[in-house]
Amino acid sequence: MIYSSYLSNSKQFVNNFKLLPEMMFNLLTLRCFFENISGMKRRDFFKKSIGAGVAGGLTFMIGSSSSKLLGNSFLMNDPAYDLVAVKGGEPDLMFDKAIESLGGMGKFVKKGQTVVVKPNMGWDVAPEMAANTNPKLIGRIVKLCYNAGAKKVMVFDNTCDQWQKCYKNSGIEKAAKDAGAEVVPGNAESYYHEVEIKNGKNLKKAKVHELILESNVFINVPVIKHHSSADITLAMKNLMGVVWDRRYWHRNNLHQCIADFSSYCKPTLNVIDGYRIMMRNGPRGVSGEDVTLSRSLILSTDIVAADAAGVKIFGSDPKNIDYLRIASEMKSGEINLEKLNINRIKL
Amino acid sequence: MHRSVLKITRIVVSLIFFFITLFAFADIWHLLSAGLTHDILYLQFVPSFLKFITVPALASAGYILIILFTAIFGRIYCSSVCPLGSLQDITAKIAGWFRKKKMKFSNATNWLRYSFLALAIISIPAGSFVISLLDPFSNSGRIFNSLLKPCVVGVNNLFAKLLIKSGSYGMSMVDDKMAVSAALVFSLCFLVLITILVIRNGRIFCNTVCPVGTMLGFITRFSLFRFRINNQTCTNCFRCEVSCKSGCIDSKNEIIDSSRCVSCFNCMNACSSGAIKYSISRKASYVKTPVVIDDGRRDKLKLIFASVFAFSGFSFIKAFVLPEGKGLNTTRPVKKKYQVTPPGSLSLKYFGEKCTACHLCVSACPSQVIRPSFMEYGLQGIFQAHMDYNSGYCNFECTLCTEVCPSGALLPVSKTDKKLLQLGKSYFIKENCIVFTDNTDCGACSEHCPTKAVHMVPYKGKLKIPEVNNKICVGCGACEYACPVKPFKAIYVDGNPVHLLAQKPEEKQHPKKNGEDFPF
Repeated sequence: MIYSSYLSNSKQFVNNFKLLPEMMFNLLTLRCFFENISGMKRRDFFKKSIGAGVAGGLTFMIGSSSSKLLGNSFLMNDPAYDLVAVKGGEPDLMFDKAIESLGGMGKFVKKGQTVVVKPNMGWDVAPEMAANTNPKLIGRIVKLCYNAGAKKVMVFDNTCDQWQKCYKNSGIEKAAKDAGAEVVPGNAESYYHEVEIKNGKNLKKAKVHELILESNVFINVPVIKHHSSADITLAMKNLMGVVWDRRYWHRNNLHQCIADFSSYCKPTLNVIDGYRIMMRNGPRGVSGEDVTLSRSLILSTDIVAADAAGVKIFGSDPKNIDYLRIASEMKSGEINLEKLNINRIKL
Repeated sequence: MHRSVLKITRIVVSLIFFFITLFAFADIWHLLSAGLTHDILYLQFVPSFLKFITVPALASAGYILIILFTAIFGRIYCSSVCPLGSLQDITAKIAGWFRKKKMKFSNATNWLRYSFLALAIISIPAGSFVISLLDPFSNSGRIFNSLLKPCVVGVNNLFAKLLIKSGSYGMSMVDDKMAVSAALVFSLCFLVLITILVIRNGRIFCNTVCPVGTMLGFITRFSLFRFRINNQTCTNCFRCEVSCKSGCIDSKNEIIDSSRCVSCFNCMNACSSGAIKYSISRKASYVKTPVVIDDGRRDKLKLIFASVFAFSGFSFIKAFVLPEGKGLNTTRPVKKKYQVTPPGSLSLKYFGEKCTACHLCVSACPSQVIRPSFMEYGLQGIFQAHMDYNSGYCNFECTLCTEVCPSGALLPVSKTDKKLLQLGKSYFIKENCIVFTDNTDCGACSEHCPTKAVHMVPYKGKLKIPEVNNKICVGCGACEYACPVKPFKAIYVDGNPVHLLAQKPEEKQHPKKNGEDFPF
């Protein structure tokens, strides 16, 4: 089935042919063959496979424990808790405690894997404005990924303001590079490749950044903020930064599109930064006065649960946030926090 | 030996100036600092002159230095500093590899060149239309920005793609919005025209059309150092005449027309008998121009120049009229009353007078919001830069354009002042808004607004709809750019004919306390 999609493109046939023995070996040993096929071909393979409707099989092959999840799922293990919430520490320390209680970074990142870390760094403002994810947290995540044996950790965002200014002034570029990550641009359409969103109601297709399509592990690191369009922005809303055409979302019922995309794109781990929280004038913020120091952090593999907890910390009711309600109806995750096994850590 | 040193020095200096200037326009990686760009363009004659009118200071006195240099050494500006001069030299050099062009002495078309000069000077108080079309620096700027920069982007993106294939994101792609603009077509025509001219007639543009060339040429007649032919040693071999790119050496009569000489030292290098001397001369030089009946080709050329001349003259009359659109239309199509001019341009009128459309700001703008205009300002402001909010929006913290502008059309603004500088005001067209038409949440405009002049207010049920507070709007165009509706936007910025100061957004500490407990 997989090879037939390769053969359909005669131009690429010769190139792909060279990879056949290697792929055969991978299939036989059931190894994750994503890391062995080089850039362009792997991407084409991914696109075509999804297009050909083998996503379910794919999910199985890359080792997902849940057969319900279609589309772009990443490797998941059964962690000790559904959700971990930490309060009262510095961003890096809080992350250390949280990931430790989930069994360490090694549960999510295996030796030799590629990792993409996707912060929210959409705005050309200083870290104190809390419009972007805390750089300290990103640096810590990158470091722990490498400690767990990651081959390569990459950081990117499709920014709103001019991308180089955002990367620089958010402090994230420096923090990520200091920790050894490769900072990847997301500013040109050619980085994005069209995928089909099978369960999408309004959003049936989207162009997704190739890092998301190619990496073994996807760590989604949003920041809790007030948001003029979507009320509050968290992990699900942060996924708008991995697609190219965001205006389409705004034109076609924003909340539905956010929920639609979450049915397709499932990060390995969601880390919600609540160290500083922008309480109003979001998502960009006008001044430091909009920000309150909360010293919170949430970790979960369930994007809906993570967002629900984030909304509570912000001070709202998750059921009032439309995209969360829709995502819960679409069975993308658990909105009801009472049903979850939560580890609460106070520092 | 010592003769060729002068020529080599000229070539080295001109290449340094040329390539740094060219790089300033094609610097898609923003490697050159604004300060260095500004410094290297200090000596550009027309921008410096225009700036000096507004800011008479040492920092804008580059043109005075050029006049002084010219009074001493001749038109070294034309052969070393002027990017169009160097561009022509390079073109001629390359053309020479294929077919050697032998220059011949020709008479100066004085009536034409002094008319162009007079027109350029007279038109300055009225606006920069004429000067922007004639200025060699602005013309080269447009060529670099519209023709060369896209090539640099293409090569960069090709390498970036190759690198990605080999697994590295070390080079980033540049998402340059390269639309076929009128400025591009004009620059291409200009480049083709000047290439033909330089191959066939040498530096005829510099000595006929260019007002800077004519003005400096006038000074050169009385300059301290000049080229002379020593009739004792001259063998009338014509080598100097053949090598002269300006066609200003009459070898038969042993006369050099210094008003057209660009001090390139080619003749000295070519002369085998050392008869050409570059030395102090106190006598003013004149060339008696005998009346020559032009051949057909010359006639044609004159016709071209005459039509350019007439065209410029015609528009010059129109230049007194300020652009004013029709009334503000609040129904669906967006009708802007005034164009938005870039930061630091003070007013539509000031900008219209000062901008020579060199497009350095277009090239420098990291947000790609500054674009060449076409008829947006009317004919008199053709190709001048304007804020195109379909292409991008003005970054709240950025003042780069005001730092690089060589002509003083964009005056420096501090970052603090920039945040309050109101380029225009935004207006909301409810009938176009997605919240009104589709009853779904949007708020993209408010999302991007740096001052929250565009904020969301309760509408139906849980829905919120944008509202604009023009007092704190800075006219950056983020709302207009972000607005997702098509074809007409639901929010747009109308330019302030005179830039104003916006009020500071209110800053009060948010009352929320940091809860120690988990809310779940």
